[in-house]
Amino acid sequence: MGILNKLDAHIEPFESGNILITSADKLLNWSRLNSMWQMFFGLACCAIEMMATSASHYDLDRFGIIPRPSPRHIDIILISGTVTLKMATRIKRLWEQMPEPKYCISMGSCANCGGPYWEHGYHVLKGVDRIIPVDVYVPGCPPRPEALLEGLIKLQEKIRTQSLAKKVN
Amino acid sequence: MAEIRTEEMILNMGPQHPSTHGVLRLQLTLEGEIVIDVKPYIGYLHRCFEKHCEAMTYPQVIPYTDRMDYVNSMSNELSYVIGMEKLLGIEVPERVEYIRVIMSELQRIASHLIAIGTYGNDAGAFTPFLYCMATRERVLELFEITCGARLLYNYFWIGGLSHDIPSNFQQKVKEFIKFFKPKITELNNLLSFNKIFIERTANIGILPADYAINAGACGPTLRGSGIKFDLRKNEPYSIYNKFDFDIPIGQGLKGTLGDCWDRYMVRIHELEESVKIIEQAIDNIPEGDVQAQVPKRVKPPVGEVYARTETPKGELGYYIISDGSLNPFRIKARSPSFCNLSMIRALSKGYMIADVVMTLGSFDIVLGCIDR
Amino acid sequence: MDIKEIQELLKSAFDEGIGEPVTDKPVDPYITVETGKIHAVCLFLRDEERLQFDYLSCLSGVDYDKDNLASVYHLYSFALNHKIVLKVIVPKSNPIVPSVYDIWAAAEWHERESYDLMGIVYENHPDLRRILLPEDWEGHPLRKDFKVPEFYNGMKIPY
Repeated sequence: MGILNKLDAHIEPFESGNILITSADKLLNWSRLNSMWQMFFGLACCAIEMMATSASHYDLDRFGIIPRPSPRHIDIILISGTVTLKMATRIKRLWEQMPEPKYCISMGSCANCGGPYWEHGYHVLKGVDRIIPVDVYVPGCPPRPEALLEGLIKLQEKIRTQSLAKKVN
Repeated sequence: MAEIRTEEMILNMGPQHPSTHGVLRLQLTLEGEIVIDVKPYIGYLHRCFEKHCEAMTYPQVIPYTDRMDYVNSMSNELSYVIGMEKLLGIEVPERVEYIRVIMSELQRIASHLIAIGTYGNDAGAFTPFLYCMATRERVLELFEITCGARLLYNYFWIGGLSHDIPSNFQQKVKEFIKFFKPKITELNNLLSFNKIFIERTANIGILPADYAINAGACGPTLRGSGIKFDLRKNEPYSIYNKFDFDIPIGQGLKGTLGDCWDRYMVRIHELEESVKIIEQAIDNIPEGDVQAQVPKRVKPPVGEVYARTETPKGELGYYIISDGSLNPFRIKARSPSFCNLSMIRALSKGYMIADVVMTLGSFDIVLGCIDR
Repeated sequence: MDIKEIQELLKSAFDEGIGEPVTDKPVDPYITVETGKIHAVCLFLRDEERLQFDYLSCLSGVDYDKDNLASVYHLYSFALNHKIVLKVIVPKSNPIVPSVYDIWAAAEWHERESYDLMGIVYENHPDLRRILLPEDWEGHPLRKDFKVPEFYNGMKIPY
């Protein structure tokens, strides 16, 4: 019941059993933000920190974040590292293969703005937001696992405010 | 039954694939499940390292070397600073050499733990990965108390270190060694001698010794084929000649000499050897300064140097050309993974698709190092 | 064997095309070899009993000076534990160097990389394509006069 407490709902005992009263928005958002499946996909240095975050010490699983290899199964894509021009077209394709609703976290300075490669990187895309929309930017080179977790919690907060009637961006 | 030929199929593996260890793309030509050709495509992480070097000053290059092979940053830095010190003719204080050796060996442990963990992951065993990463966190803790960073350190500077080790460092390292020793046995029980794992890796991806040398193999990949060659012993740099350690080589215990299991096992044995080196070094760190006299503006004389060291992946070499100015004229990084990966084609022909994954994992490639 | 002895051995085997060893600059001495001779020299270095250079450590392309490019070979011998550096200097107008792929398999990717980033064409290479940059990339970025293009496939490159 622990996680259910986070769902802003009204639970009442009725004759036919327990009945839960909540709005559709809240139920949808609650289920979405507690099972954000991420892409099993790493780009560069940040991927190692992402691995460290999903391994036992920091344990991403407790947020319901499970890595899946196929883009058809996933909700969030973590751009964990430098996006090169050669890779950029592939990332765009992966993004388009993901089913809605989908979210993107840009992890690390490279994915945010080119990072240390901003000036002379003739083969580096200066920010992944030039090809796909980004929901949360996590700064750092590389961000610590705690920073990545903070980014994921920020994304959860964002999902919590979404509405079926009006898509909040 | 007459031999049936199936239609050739071309299968694309990567750049987004969980077992290519990053953004590598392999184009497999298959006949049924048998691989008849592999065409590797690299460059999906080409971050223009060499161009950056030409625009930076010599000390500014160090953070970029960190980002080449990002799971063993310390060793990357070591190779570069050794090259620069040769070019400048700088003698480094002994305290620095000791700390460098300890750091490099700790980094070797961290890097091999990732190699072993992800290799188990490739074979379908997820548990060893979690165990290895949990152990690796303990190594990162040691780095963190020293230089504040978990992954990319910028710790070795030309002529010394960025700063001294903290006062409780030796104590912490000893605690770690005590904690780590039983972990090797645990890994062996969990993965190395697991029947399924041996079936997956023995007699797969056999690398003959003469081809290994000809194709430029290095590191555990070379030693897995039974060649006793380690730059730490054969061309000692820093103060490695002061320490007593063995060079583990593949012996073909579970299959043919030079198969994936041999390469894997070399890494396990290297963990033990690294522990040995750290144990010898940790109590003997002399007192002293951690920075030699280096001019503020590093300006090496006209000349060139090729410095190579033994990183966890193999021989990492920097070919540095100086034209006497503040910026390097040219820096070429000879990356170990680059040379090892170039053999994938010869090693996967005739095996199954699943075996290609195992062969690839046994090289322990890091794409940042390959593409630079 | 040190570089002087190796150079004398080479000189006795080849009449011309072998330069004097450059030893006055720090740190690594090198020998310059004529472009046409490099394949024969490398074959000799590998197969000669007293040399046995069986390992190509590194092969680099260098933007040597205003008009020339260079291909640099770092060789090592496992058997005899000695090393040597060879340099081949070619003009930028016609940067063709014979491939040493058939001598050391390690050269295959190194030569592709040198071609990709520096624009040195290796003759008789079995598969000389770009390796790091995309196939449709224009120019060779490690040349000193390389200008970063404004756009690639519709993506803006400069910051």
